[in-house]
Amino acid sequence: MEKKKLDSKILWQLFKSTFILSASTFGGGFVIVSLMKKKFVEELGWLEESEMLDITAIAQSSPGPIPINASVILGYRMQGILGSFIAILGTSIPPIAIISVISLFYKQFRESTIIATALTVMRAGVAAVICDVVIKLAQNIIKTKSILYISLMFITFMMTYVFGVSAVTVIFLCLGIGFVTLFVEILKSN
Amino acid sequence: MSIIWSLFLSFIQVGLFSVGGGYAALPLIQNQIVNIRELMTLAEFADLVTIAEMTPGPISINAATFVGTKLGGLPGALICTIGVIIPSFIICLTLAHFYYKYRNFSGVQTILASLRPAVVALISSAGLSILTLAIFQAEKEAIVLSNFRIVECLLFVAGIIALRKFKVGPISIIFGSGLIGTLIYLLPSLF
Repeated sequence: MEKKKLDSKILWQLFKSTFILSASTFGGGFVIVSLMKKKFVEELGWLEESEMLDITAIAQSSPGPIPINASVILGYRMQGILGSFIAILGTSIPPIAIISVISLFYKQFRESTIIATALTVMRAGVAAVICDVVIKLAQNIIKTKSILYISLMFITFMMTYVFGVSAVTVIFLCLGIGFVTLFVEILKSN
Repeated sequence: MSIIWSLFLSFIQVGLFSVGGGYAALPLIQNQIVNIRELMTLAEFADLVTIAEMTPGPISINAATFVGTKLGGLPGALICTIGVIIPSFIICLTLAHFYYKYRNFSGVQTILASLRPAVVALISSAGLSILTLAIFQAEKEAIVLSNFRIVECLLFVAGIIALRKFKVGPISIIFGSGLIGTLIYLLPSLF
């Protein structure tokens, strides 16, 4: 990769975006990935959609917290190692700050009816955001008109949702299928 | 060996061996903090899990901060969090480097193209699980139709319409649904 010129505007935008996304991520790694897709692909136009999917696959199959993993890759893509560092700061400052404050009075926090209610109803909004992202992503897979990719999408969905196969297993399985398709392509072209 | 140093080493291991996100990290944290180093009781650990789930942000970062704060104040929180992050930073930086170096090769594109449908499926599956949890207050294995929540269902539909038709931002949707839903549930009890 060519050396990226450091751009303080991009660095600031990177920090601001990861900070806000991290502070609003209620739920697991796929929630923040959906938010990142909306922010960095749709709103800022920094990444292509396929790139965001690749980043998700790498972040999901690497050890460690998925939001941190995705931030490291995203930051590196935009501004090299410094970008990675800034994106990590943006993603980790909100939880550190929030937990440090809450740990002082967590009994009251845990027993508050208002907070408990807000957290459960908020899931409806989180589900709506993910659903919106998924509709666009699935449309684009269907647009490829490739029977292989469309059936891969449905089969892996059944595997994870119905049979509870782990995400990492699914990713490595598809990685294997990718190698087989590559091999077949090479055989065909010879 | 001081507590802080031993926490730091524990959380490096948590970061290094938790593949697949927050719920993979929790048993590792329990093993390190409750079983091996005996820095917390099981009841305190249960509190930690509840708080980590109730607050925004990655669960393992939340957990690391919570353990760190309890055992060593703000410096403890920072050290534990840095411990969890270090393996991620090194591994993902390396992978990102190779990804951006080779991703435009056609062979690499062929392999990545088979991964992308799977990622879409994984995100869909996560979304559907959260939706079931929102509408039935239960995992999909334990759905009881009488638990159907009309408020959450309407919030979900309104959220989709606001996102797709009116281009409302996702963060407004998340906090907005929380605010409106809480008002609907708790206002009647005030009068």
